[in-house]
Amino acid sequence: MIPELGHYALVLALFVAFVQAGPPLIGAATRNAAWMNVAGPAAIAQMLLVLVAYGALTWAHVVSDFSVQNVVQNSHSLKPMLYKVSGVWGNHEGSMVLWIVMLTLFGAAVAAFGRNLPPTLKARVLAVQGLIGIGFLLFILTTSNPFIRVIPAPLDGNDLNPLLQDPGLAFHPPFLYAGYVGFSMAFSFAVAALIEGRVDPAWARWVRPWTLAAWSTLTMGIALGSWWAYYELGWGGWWYWDPVENASFMPWLAGTALLHSAIVVEKRDALKSWTILLAIITFSLSLMGTFLVRSGILTSVHAFAVDPARGAFILVLLAIATGGSLLLYSLRAPALKAGGLFAPVSREGALVLNNLLLSTATATVFIGTLYPLFLDILKMGKVSVGPPFFNATFVPIAIPLVAAMVVGPFLSWKRADLGAALTRLWVAGVVVVVCVAVTAYLTAGGGPLLALVGVALAAWAIVGSLVEFAERIRLFRVPLADSWTRAVHLPRSAWGMTIAHTFMGVSIAGMTATSAWQSESIEAMRPGQTASLAGYEFHFDSVGPVAGENYKADRAVFTVTKDGQPVATLTPERRSYPVTRMTTTESAIHTTIFSDLYVALGDPTQNGAAWIVRIYHHPLVPWIWIGGVGMMLGGLVSLTDRRFRIGAPERRSAAKAGVSAPAQPAE
Amino acid sequence: MRRLLYLLPFLLFIGVGVAFYLGFQRDPRDIPSALIDKPVPAFDLPPLPGRAEGLSSARLTGDVTLVNVFASWCIPCKAEHPVITRLAREQGVTVRAINHKDKAEDALSWLARNGDPYASIGVDLDGRTSIDWGVYGVPESFLIDRQGRIRFKHVGPLTPQVIEEQILPMVKHLRQG
Repeated sequence: MIPELGHYALVLALFVAFVQAGPPLIGAATRNAAWMNVAGPAAIAQMLLVLVAYGALTWAHVVSDFSVQNVVQNSHSLKPMLYKVSGVWGNHEGSMVLWIVMLTLFGAAVAAFGRNLPPTLKARVLAVQGLIGIGFLLFILTTSNPFIRVIPAPLDGNDLNPLLQDPGLAFHPPFLYAGYVGFSMAFSFAVAALIEGRVDPAWARWVRPWTLAAWSTLTMGIALGSWWAYYELGWGGWWYWDPVENASFMPWLAGTALLHSAIVVEKRDALKSWTILLAIITFSLSLMGTFLVRSGILTSVHAFAVDPARGAFILVLLAIATGGSLLLYSLRAPALKAGGLFAPVSREGALVLNNLLLSTATATVFIGTLYPLFLDILKMGKVSVGPPFFNATFVPIAIPLVAAMVVGPFLSWKRADLGAALTRLWVAGVVVVVCVAVTAYLTAGGGPLLALVGVALAAWAIVGSLVEFAERIRLFRVPLADSWTRAVHLPRSAWGMTIAHTFMGVSIAGMTATSAWQSESIEAMRPGQTASLAGYEFHFDSVGPVAGENYKADRAVFTVTKDGQPVATLTPERRSYPVTRMTTTESAIHTTIFSDLYVALGDPTQNGAAWIVRIYHHPLVPWIWIGGVGMMLGGLVSLTDRRFRIGAPERRSAAKAGVSAPAQPAE
Repeated sequence: MRRLLYLLPFLLFIGVGVAFYLGFQRDPRDIPSALIDKPVPAFDLPPLPGRAEGLSSARLTGDVTLVNVFASWCIPCKAEHPVITRLAREQGVTVRAINHKDKAEDALSWLARNGDPYASIGVDLDGRTSIDWGVYGVPESFLIDRQGRIRFKHVGPLTPQVIEEQILPMVKHLRQG
């Protein structure tokens, strides 16, 4: 009964979505307030209905209702409760329902809090959200219905892929989807603005918080995914340039660009049509990510069960959403009024550079991800593009990006003095030189030259961002109490920027150090033997069987010592899941802030007396994820900025009058 | 002219959309090999460091053998590895491997981590031999009959379904023949 209620709620939600999309669009065109006002209540009704459907599906999973096909295929009565709940989105159908839950939550938020939006803009934004809802609800109901029954019901289910039964991964999809779907708000605002035919700073103040929220959750989602890959796939790698990872990375890169170009629209009323285009592209890349994962068009270990009907549907959806909005763009964008002028060396100029580099990076990842597909179509053979391509092309773009990231905030709007900005960064310059020298000394020149560049960049980003903050609060120039007052009164967006930029540097330090200076030892060890790595002694105490709720495992115990002092006890496991007949490696990790000790248990050797044991020392690897969490926090802090909450304009753009400057780009 | 610039994103998207559509028409796994029913190309690959046996064309006669092309950097290889392990250990099919464009230490640690079901492994560092075999990407698997001829090719990760429905019946047939 309850699954049928869920199904019914989804069908109702589809009808409500039509109501949310149709009348408000007509109302906005004919200035009919009554028709426009339908959008708000419809958005809230759609959210409630979708929540009912999601609740029904969760209920079926929690009570292990094996008459529901989705539960049979992805659950098992012995599965721990955490994974029964997270298993709802651990499969294709359920994840699509989660997707639409996010979409309607955001739509309802605009309906509830968008009181100070111009009424036509609000109606159109909600209508575009309704259109997206129609697309995805139709997709779920026609190709991916999670409520299909099986008769007769089997006694037990097939269990969830054990690789996915993991706390890190359990919370990865909700963050990722919140990010993807959050960009749908930027998209809806962009399309609504194109229909309206005007973009102003107030519009940007609305787009910015949605983009910030989406960007922050996407950052967290990607960080969680990478952390999961690090400890679960079991070889200490943290990024594979796999098509599915790239599918989430491309919207992140484009979203980062959008985040920054929206600042220019808000503060200077410039870069308007470019920002609109970025909003469309960012959401399109999110849609494409969904398409790539589910179509089977590229092979990947992450891919959901592949079904051509689904791929075809999403392709049509992508064609309508992206094709339609880009066509609208080509018709309406030329009419958008260009705004403030600026010199190449200025805050705007720096943000344009940021956008150019990020767009190039997005295009690079896009080409690398889809190159095999294009070659295949042109009948030029099948290839797989591996990490070497991405490392060779992405890194050279990332280096100037990070270098410029630090300088940008020092530049003033409209026109700036680059020399003066660099002079104020002398402290950061000194720290960079010291860090590189110390690193080169400590590693005795070991590691590639690129690693030293990475260290320099990380130091530059961290110290440079902090120097910028110190300048703002006039640290050491005025009494400390005054600096403190200044810091407290700084806009939250300034805090957010400093936090995000600083932690970007922290991430880079982690990526660089672990790529260049990790060490590993792989040997066949018997209990009682000791291995040593990076100054630590790993004593293999014992190994024995243990049983979990839905798996059996061999668990080894290692005592780690350094100079005779105990450091940690590590218990790596090798689990086998009888239902899915899969074996997983549960590596044991001892982390300090500065490094990870990572032990994984492999197969027993052929005579069974010894075990293959892999031990890794990853310097600074936790910094990658500390950086990710920090960047997310930076985004969230920025989100609490006063002007987003009350929607008050900070200041009108002062410089409409011609400033002697060359023609501004991209307008 | 300016309007054309604004049309550019739309036109680019049409191109990408058409590519998706065409890509959708074809199965990324469905590639005929020109080498089907031909003898395996002559090759002799060295073993991984510290191991005795590599892989050569001479080794591929006498028994029905599955040759799996893998690399430690390839994630689908990891996905198919349990399937291959079961094929070798439980279903008794000899599986040998070509290690494709891989660093020896990476390959060794990958095997240590995921288990080594292979009877022997040849190292194809520069990918020359893989080209002779017509390998497009990793993973790929070839079924070789007792006369050393390639009889079946699978592109992409092996799944239990492919094993049950294609590989095992073929192995049975080839062993009789």
